[in-house]
Amino acid sequence: MPHLSPKTEENTKLIEYVASRTGRDSRLETCIQCGTCGGSCPSAMDMEHTPRDVFALLRAGERETVLSSNTPWICVSCYFCAVRCPQEIKIPDVMYTLKSMAITKGAYQDSAASDFSQTFVDMVENYGRSYELGLATRHYLRHFPLRLPSMAPMGMGLLSKKRLNLKPKKIQGIKQLNDILDRAKELEAA
Amino acid sequence: MSKYLYYPGCSMEGSGKAYHDSLMPVCEKIGLELQEIDDWNCCGATEYLGINKLPAYALIGRNLALAEAQANGAKDIVAPCSACYLNLTKTDSYMAKKDGVDELINDALAAGGLSYEPGQLSIFHLLDVIVHEVGLDTVKKNVVRPLTGLRVAPYVGCMAPRYDYAKRWSDSEHPLELDLLIEALGAEVVDYPLKTHCCGGHMPQISPDTAYELIHRLVDYAEEVKTDIMVAICPMCQMNIDAYQNETNQHLGTNHKMPIVFFTQLMGLAFGIDEKTLGFGTELISAKDALAEIGSEKTVVKKKRPRKDKNALPMPQPLISKAPTREKEISR
Ligand code: SF4
Ligand code: SF4
Repeated sequence: MPHLSPKTEENTKLIEYVASRTGRDSRLETCIQCGTCGGSCPSAMDMEHTPRDVFALLRAGERETVLSSNTPWICVSCYFCAVRCPQEIKIPDVMYTLKSMAITKGAYQDSAASDFSQTFVDMVENYGRSYELGLATRHYLRHFPLRLPSMAPMGMGLLSKKRLNLKPKKIQGIKQLNDILDRAKELEAA
Repeated sequence: MSKYLYYPGCSMEGSGKAYHDSLMPVCEKIGLELQEIDDWNCCGATEYLGINKLPAYALIGRNLALAEAQANGAKDIVAPCSACYLNLTKTDSYMAKKDGVDELINDALAAGGLSYEPGQLSIFHLLDVIVHEVGLDTVKKNVVRPLTGLRVAPYVGCMAPRYDYAKRWSDSEHPLELDLLIEALGAEVVDYPLKTHCCGGHMPQISPDTAYELIHRLVDYAEEVKTDIMVAICPMCQMNIDAYQNETNQHLGTNHKMPIVFFTQLMGLAFGIDEKTLGFGTELISAKDALAEIGSEKTVVKKKRPRKDKNALPMPQPLISKAPTREKEISR
């Protein structure tokens, strides 16, 4: 059990903060701790905390535990919990918020997950499209080098079936896209 | 011909090529004219939102803005990828709430000389368009080679019917659209309660063991109900189950060999389009043996129903026998 977060005002208002960052209708504060989300979640077995646990921890102001939990990173955004939650809480959206908070704070230790997202975002900002071959090789080289040999037959299979492009495609409006993204980042930081 | 703006998404140029190659001739046959959105960009998949929320919406917003500008008449976008479809509908519906997010996104878009008025476009998944807009009658009219004898598992995956921002699907956990379509092609739908369970999404990259477990569950159940072939409506689902199945076998000591193709490939087959055009053969788990089942009459032999014992308990009917009667209910 990691140590408890101090009862600062920032921490006691944690759930309100996460809710407001998620969007006005996240309904996060209305969680009744019924556990339907965790019971529906296909990847709960690999999560350090079920979604219900996460929301209890948020309410308790346990910032460090939540931000270093693997839960948001193991969430596959399948929306099972969201359609079943009796309180209609936008659970996957909350998970996205927690991911970006964890990245900003540098809190999450296992970097395979956050790095994958970041590598993906880098590709999109450079080309405007995602580029599966570059993404996969760069990511696997860094995080699962030992798995690469066993992945090779699959990669070769996809290549020989022309299902992987050797070169990334770049959109024409890449500058326009980056102008838009830069402005959005400014606005988000404001 | 009804016109739609077409948002292919990145996978269609790579791993999902067979989807693209098959949907084009199929759409032509059923009277759908697809006009690609010029210079579209990636939708961010499930990655961008976790890094930065507003830029993620702005990324998607650029596509909506380009589509709106190009619209002239056609106001409907069709996306074949469930993740793209979800991202586009989600952004549109969040902007339509007019609670300030729309202004922020438009502020960002203005930096690139663009803007988008939410609600200007309707966004559909390709399967939804075919079942609810084109209609199954038109599909049936085009069938020249019914897929008789082929046992198909309708694998819908999660992101099309959930969260269903545009309120289009018959159910978020057990939608019937894909079942009805497969039936219209003359194939047999197996009862597949895992139809909207997760394919693993980006887990092969992040936590491969989680992914292997999810893929194993889906394929294992399909085998148990004697599926010849699974069909997907999303390139990510098809990719995970097809390309990572051998990996899954290696790690779990299983011996799965379940082919999975796109629903448009099966449509094309039933429409008499040749296999190569439809991208058959690009799957890593070959569909060849499964396709050999077509025309085999093994499953159409009607079993005589045993006389009902007056005192017997009522048995639940398999989904497939109910499907045709529900057809009316869900058509709009
Ligand atoms: S299903 Fe909804 S209300 Fe129930 S514990 Fe999960 S988030 Fe809370
Ligand atoms: S969206 Fe995430 S948390 Fe919810 S059920 Fe799916 S994987 Fe679990």
